[in-house]
Amino acid sequence: MPWTTVQVEKLDNFFISGDFTGNRILSYRDALHEAMDQSLARDPRVFIMGEGVDDVAGVFGTTKGLKEKYGANRVFDTPIAENSLTGIAAGAAMAGLRPILIHARMDFLLLSFDQLVNHASKWCYMFGGQVKVPLVVRTISARGWGSGAQHSQCIQGMLMNVPGLKIVAPATPYDAKGLMISSIIDNSPVLFVEHRWLYKTTGYVPEELYSIPIGRGVIHRRGEDITIVAVSYMLVEALKAAEKLQQAGISAEVVDLRTLKPFDEKILVESVEKTGRLLIADTGCKTGSVASEIAAVAAEKAFHLLKKPVKRVCCPDTPTPTSDVLEKAFYPTAEDICTEAVKLVKE
Amino acid sequence: MEKSKLIEMYRIMRLIRLIEQRINDEYKYDEIKTPIHLSIGQEAVAAGACIHLRKDDYIFGTHRSHAQYIAKGGDIKKMIAELYLRKTGCAYGRGGSMHLVDPDVGILGSSAIVGGNIPLGTGTALASKLQGNDRVTVVFFGDGAADEGTFHESLNFAALKKLPVVYVCENNFYAINSHQLARQVDDNIYKWAQNYGMLGYKIDGNDVLEVSDYAEKAILRCRNGEGPTLIECLTYRWKGHIGTVDDVGEGYRPKEEYDYWVSKCPIKRFSEYLKNMGVLNDELIKNIDEEIYGLIEEAFSFAQNSPKPSPDELLDFVYAD
Ligand SMILES: Cc1ncc(C[n+]2csc(CCOP(=O)(O)OP(=O)(O)O)c2C)c(N)n1
Ligand SMILES: [Mg+2]
Repeated sequence: MPWTTVQVEKLDNFFISGDFTGNRILSYRDALHEAMDQSLARDPRVFIMGEGVDDVAGVFGTTKGLKEKYGANRVFDTPIAENSLTGIAAGAAMAGLRPILIHARMDFLLLSFDQLVNHASKWCYMFGGQVKVPLVVRTISARGWGSGAQHSQCIQGMLMNVPGLKIVAPATPYDAKGLMISSIIDNSPVLFVEHRWLYKTTGYVPEELYSIPIGRGVIHRRGEDITIVAVSYMLVEALKAAEKLQQAGISAEVVDLRTLKPFDEKILVESVEKTGRLLIADTGCKTGSVASEIAAVAAEKAFHLLKKPVKRVCCPDTPTPTSDVLEKAFYPTAEDICTEAVKLVKE
Repeated sequence: MEKSKLIEMYRIMRLIRLIEQRINDEYKYDEIKTPIHLSIGQEAVAAGACIHLRKDDYIFGTHRSHAQYIAKGGDIKKMIAELYLRKTGCAYGRGGSMHLVDPDVGILGSSAIVGGNIPLGTGTALASKLQGNDRVTVVFFGDGAADEGTFHESLNFAALKKLPVVYVCENNFYAINSHQLARQVDDNIYKWAQNYGMLGYKIDGNDVLEVSDYAEKAILRCRNGEGPTLIECLTYRWKGHIGTVDDVGEGYRPKEEYDYWVSKCPIKRFSEYLKNMGVLNDELIKNIDEEIYGLIEEAFSFAQNSPKPSPDELLDFVYAD
């Protein structure tokens, strides 16, 4: 069992109702599986490639059984060559296919920056829209159980600076399925940011195929006193924090942008208009993070609405330590969000 | 090879040569505001490889891709307009000399990142295989690209998956001013291909018949599902790496080496061969040149008289529709 699975198995079963209710409850992992399964079934252009996608573990269960169902031409293992794999997937996309390329760790994505940034993301612009690259790159951040500095990074912030690349980071099972389907349908390259600690999260998920518009955020909890914008897994911590804050008499609004680029500036500004306070929780290191960009947009577009300075709750600017003691100190929690939120509202 | 194809190959080489010379001559007027990498001296490689491709086959070129674009049948007017960065250019003035594109004839865009096009062409070949069609991809790149990881990763992948791709390495011995042997232990490029499990050949890239012969067989193997081939073509660029300089002499390339290769002009050699065979004569040569000069005149005047993009197009095409 991969060591991050050990850690994930220990997590509480966190339930997120999302903005959809129904009677069908699925885990984040199964929602991803279902989205890819249904996409493979409906569109012969879709295929999945990546290191170990057809092995018994099936990328933490998200691709399990798909090769058996759709054949080795549509779901296949690859050499360990992240950069060229990205270019190969991009080339296949240029020729009319819809590849889903999977990097089981976000850290490995770093090896593919040439093909992702110099090629896939630039092609549409550089050639005036004549050649499209409908590519989905799934990338999964891990955390805990000694993942250490090279198996736990959340580098979505770095990629915010890449024109031509869309970035989505769903946090609920409902959003995971809907955004996976949208990403496959989209004609631009989409970086699909996942987090291992979300895999066991459960929520309502419709059985049918549906899509969630890229670029549209969602309010998970309405509140009056403070806006908490949470990125990816930090939504779980933010919702826990909001619950605690409620007990302390603070009403927090929890917003999930879901798409990091291009992101829903309207939902951000409208929420800040209501609360006048903004806290942003991101899974990445603080400097140059997605939180930084959200803060910048708030400063540009909602400065007059803010009663207090913006607060970022992120990992510190250090590589991830491996020691469990240091790891605990490294990751911000619901507790940290509460502390900072109380300061913003009460002080 | 049929007579008509021989003449066509000659015509393509001549077309490349004369277009490149005209670009070279116009460059000083500073209207072509983009870095240019000329292919004079290397015409036989693109011409010999592309003569066997269908319109729906793919090619991927590099920073030095004028010859490949022309040989694959890219639109000449749009190419020259692109060099002039006009709205009528093949990439609407967004690409320039290093980023030529013509999807109608399978040119899906050239890359100015050394080695960057190799995975892309491997990817279109993967698509042909997955789609079950017989479209072939030819990827052109220099000896410098063989230094890059993408070369090795892609060859391994293509051999493993038996993809319909032909890797054509235009070995002109230099990456800018750095000689191949300053970057690679030995003269190894074609042997690497063999070690990755595909056919690898080193041939005379100034002999268009040899290039054509090897390319034809490699392309046929692709169409038959027999997997990739690498053809390393030894050739030489007459111009300097970039622009209109020569890069010959102290600190650059030895004069004797340069003179030797100029004496091995691929076009002169082929035209003499065709003349001896009775396929070509002075009158035909003259007619071909006249036709080409007409095309060039038309293309340059089209380009020079075309509008430039307007500033309000800046934000277009970041994302696809
Ligand atoms: C990744 C990358 N590194 C460096 C460069 C700078 N550069 C441009 S062309 C070139 C030489 C390439 O040599 P080769 O591949 O032999 O092609 P040639 O110019 O000889 O046709 C270099 C190093 C680049 N464009 N891309
Ligand atoms: Mg070279």
